[in-house]
Amino acid sequence: MKVLKIFIILFLVTSFSELKSDEANNVLKNKILKNIRCLICQGQSVYDSESEFASSIKLIVDRKINEGLKEKQIYQFLREKYGDWIIYEPQINKNTYILWLLPLLLFLLGGAIIQKKLKLKN
Amino acid sequence: MKNKFSLFVVVIFLSFCFVVFYKGLNTPNNYTPKVNEKKNIPTFKAKDFDSNNYINSDKIFEENIFYIVNIWASWCVPCRTEHPLLMQLSKNELVKLIGLNYRDNFKNAKKFIDDFGNPYSRILIDKDGTLGVEFGAYGVPETFLIDKNKDIIKKFAGPINQEIVNEIKLIIK
Repeated sequence: MKVLKIFIILFLVTSFSELKSDEANNVLKNKILKNIRCLICQGQSVYDSESEFASSIKLIVDRKINEGLKEKQIYQFLREKYGDWIIYEPQINKNTYILWLLPLLLFLLGGAIIQKKLKLKN
Repeated sequence: MKNKFSLFVVVIFLSFCFVVFYKGLNTPNNYTPKVNEKKNIPTFKAKDFDSNNYINSDKIFEENIFYIVNIWASWCVPCRTEHPLLMQLSKNELVKLIGLNYRDNFKNAKKFIDDFGNPYSRILIDKDGTLGVEFGAYGVPETFLIDKNKDIIKKFAGPINQEIVNEIKLIIK
């Protein structure tokens, strides 16, 4: 009886962990698909699109996750095939330095101006 | 002096914004594939249309010649318009054509080939479109020119025309 109980507990634990890993994979898959642009659609992500292109990409992403590839590796794979445009979030490189740094520079500039004004007031 | 400097900064900032937005408006917001980017051919395993056996990509591109990979489907209307040109290219001994039958029904694809002729030395089945993704394709028809170093040197999205055929002939000469 005791052995049977242990077996049941072990079975439940293993099947539960399998379900959990499936769920985690699904969450990761959806996160990736929402960050991939559907190249033949107007303003839609692959996640939102039902086009043939999108369904092929969905299958590829699913396959790559099952092969054990990490999120960044999947983005890199797609970048190699279709270029930077396919990913919504632009990478930091020589073409996007301004895009990433300009808001920060403007923020710092604004802060400096406010500080100077406050100093003058005091 | 201080006012002049502020005005100068504002003018510079507005000019910068103007240039950025003006350039942005002139850039199309849809995807335009890079046609001249050199890329290695992907390594893959695909089902052969005739034998129904799986075959490795290195076996497909094993000869030291140029290859053309053409993505087609029987349901694709533009594929019919480019088919005579592919037949014309298939007569050239310097190049071999590989067909990628994209998301198609076997029976319809077979009928298409029987009706219009077979320009391909080998046809591969891409039932779910994932093989097309390996090539960086986003639709059908699409044609890739592969050189002797097994690099994709040209990509033609959409149906090919006589001008493209002449361009290909010039490259493989």
